[in-house]
Amino acid sequence: MGRITLDKVSKSFGEVNVIPPLDLTIEDGEFVVFVGPSGCGKSTLLRLIAGLEDITSGQIRIDGNDATHMPPAKRGLAMVFQSYALYPHMSVKKNIAFPMKMAGVDPAEQERRIKSAAEALNLTAYLDRRPGQLSGGQRQRVAIGRAIVREPAAFLFDEPLSNLDAALRVGMRLEISELHNRLETTMIYVTHDQVEAMTMADKIVVLQAGVIEQVGSPMELYHKPRNAFVAGFIGSPKMNLIGGAEAAKHNAATIGVRPEHIAVSATEGTWKGTIGVSEHLGSDTFFHVHGTGLADAMTIRAGGEVDLHHGDTVFLTPDADKIHRFDKEGLRIE
Amino acid sequence: MARAVTPARKSINTAAAWTVALIIFFPILWTILTSFKPEPVAVASPPVFLNFDWSFENYETVIQQRGYGQFFWNSMVIAFGSTILGMIIAIPSAWAMAFVHGKRTKDLLMWMLSTKMMPAAGVLVPIYLIAVYFKILDTRFLLTIVLMLMNLPIIIWMLYTYFREIPVDILEAARMDGASLTNEILYVLTPMAVPGIASTLLLNVILAWNESFWTLNLTAFNAAPLTKFIAGFSSPQGLFYAKLSAASVMAFLPIMILGWFSQKQLVRGLTFGAVK
Repeated sequence: MGRITLDKVSKSFGEVNVIPPLDLTIEDGEFVVFVGPSGCGKSTLLRLIAGLEDITSGQIRIDGNDATHMPPAKRGLAMVFQSYALYPHMSVKKNIAFPMKMAGVDPAEQERRIKSAAEALNLTAYLDRRPGQLSGGQRQRVAIGRAIVREPAAFLFDEPLSNLDAALRVGMRLEISELHNRLETTMIYVTHDQVEAMTMADKIVVLQAGVIEQVGSPMELYHKPRNAFVAGFIGSPKMNLIGGAEAAKHNAATIGVRPEHIAVSATEGTWKGTIGVSEHLGSDTFFHVHGTGLADAMTIRAGGEVDLHHGDTVFLTPDADKIHRFDKEGLRIE
Repeated sequence: MARAVTPARKSINTAAAWTVALIIFFPILWTILTSFKPEPVAVASPPVFLNFDWSFENYETVIQQRGYGQFFWNSMVIAFGSTILGMIIAIPSAWAMAFVHGKRTKDLLMWMLSTKMMPAAGVLVPIYLIAVYFKILDTRFLLTIVLMLMNLPIIIWMLYTYFREIPVDILEAARMDGASLTNEILYVLTPMAVPGIASTLLLNVILAWNESFWTLNLTAFNAAPLTKFIAGFSSPQGLFYAKLSAASVMAFLPIMILGWFSQKQLVRGLTFGAVK
C-alpha cells in the first residue's frame, strides 16, 4: 500500500521559503508526476517525501502513519536518482542486493528477487559487471532494479531520464510505464519535461515557485488549464497567449489558443501574418508566424503536407470553441 | 597544441632536472656511503667518495650493541598506531564536515588547521607535566596519543578533501536503501574513498615515523623510536659519523621502501580531484 498525504507541508532553507504550506494526496497505485520549470521546488518536494530533507512544518503521512520525522530508511520508499547513484565499487548484483542486505532479507529470497528483477530489466547478462562498464540506459535499469527488489510502498523518481539521449529516453519512458502497469505500485515522478508528464501520469501536479498551480489528469490540464501558467506550460508546442485588444474582444485579459487549434490558409482568415521559420517534420508542420500584431510570434501546427514556406503571407483562424480565456490575475474564465 | 621543444632545449632541461634531483638526493647518498666507511674515513678531509674499504661493520655494531629491534618496533607501533587511531576519529569527522556541513564548518576546519601553525614547543611543558602526572611518560601509549593529536588536523583535512569529491547522491541512495549511518560509512563511503584513505594513511605513517620533536622529548628508552636511536649516536662521547649514518639509513630505509612501493597510490591520492 502506498497512499501518501501531505498536510500543510512547507520548507524553508534559512530565510528562503522554498515551499509555502501545501496540501496534496497521492492515492495508492497512482502514477503522479511533479512538473514545473527548474527551481520550482519539485525535486525539493520529492526529497521531503523521501525524508532526505526535513520539513519545516506540516505533516507527511504514508498509509496513514505519521512519517514526518521518520528517517528515509524507515519510510518504505525507494528512490531512483537522476545521476543513477549506483555504488561504483559494487557489481550490478551487489548493487541490487544492497537494500535487501541492509534489511536483512534471507539470502535465498535475495537471490530470487535479484533473478526476477534482472530478468524483468534485461540485466541478467550484466550482473557481474561494475556500473562503470555499463551504458547510461543499463545503469538506469540497475537503479530501477535496486528500487524494485525492496518492494517499496512507493517509487520516487527524480528526473531519471535527464541524462539519457533522446531515443533511449523514449524507450525508458515506456519501460517505466509498463513497470507501473505491472506492479501497480504508487509512483511519484519528477520532471521538467511536460511530454514525460503528459505521457506517463495518471495525475500531474504542476508547480511554480513551490506553489501547486494545478492538479489533474493530463487531459484535464490540456483542456482546462486553471491559469495562464499551466496553459503555457502544458502542451507542446506551447499555447499562444494573446493580450490586448484581441483578448478584450473575448472579454478577457489574455486569451490562449493552442497551435493545433489554429487553421492556416494562404487566402483568407481572421489574422494576417508572415511565416518566419517553418519546420516540416513529415507528420506535422510547425509555422512561426510574425507580424500578426498579437504576439511576438504565433506557433501554428498544421498537417504534414502544407505547401507554405518562409516569407509567405498567411491567414490564421482560431477554432472559436478552443479559445481559453484568462482574467487579469491569469485565472481561467469559464 | 603542444609547445615545440627543440632537441638542444630538451637536453638542457633534462640536465638541469638531473642536477637539481642529484643536489636534493646528495645528503641521502652521502649518508648511505658514509655508513659503509670505517670511522676515520668518514671524517677524512678531503672527503673520500668510493675509494675505501666497504664494510657492514657499522651496521653490525648498530644492530647488536644498540638494540635496533626495540627502537624499530617502537617506531612501528607509534607510527601505525597513531595513524590508525587518527583514522578512526577522522573518518566520521570528515564525513560530518563534508556531507552535513553547517554554518561554522569552514571556521572549524580553519581552526583545526591553525593548531598546526602553533609551535609545538609552546605546549611541550604542559603535555610533559600531564604525562608525568598520569605516569605515562616514556610509554608507547603516550606517544601514540600525542602523535595522533598532532596529525589529526591533517588527516581530517585530507579526508575532507577526498570526501568532498564523492557525489552526495550515492550516500543518499544508501540512506534510501535502508543503510544506517554506520553502514553508510562502512559499506559505501569508505570503499569509495579507498585511494584517498590509503594516501592519507601512508602520508601520516611517514609523518609519524619521522616525527622527532615529541619522540625525543617524551621518551627515554622504553618507548624510544628510531629518531631517538639516531640521536643516541650524537652522544657526549663524541660523534661517530659512520655509525650515525648506519643508524640513519636503518631508520629511513623501512619508510623509504614503503614510500617506494606505494608511490603510485601516494601521487594519485595527493592529486586526487585536482583534475576532474
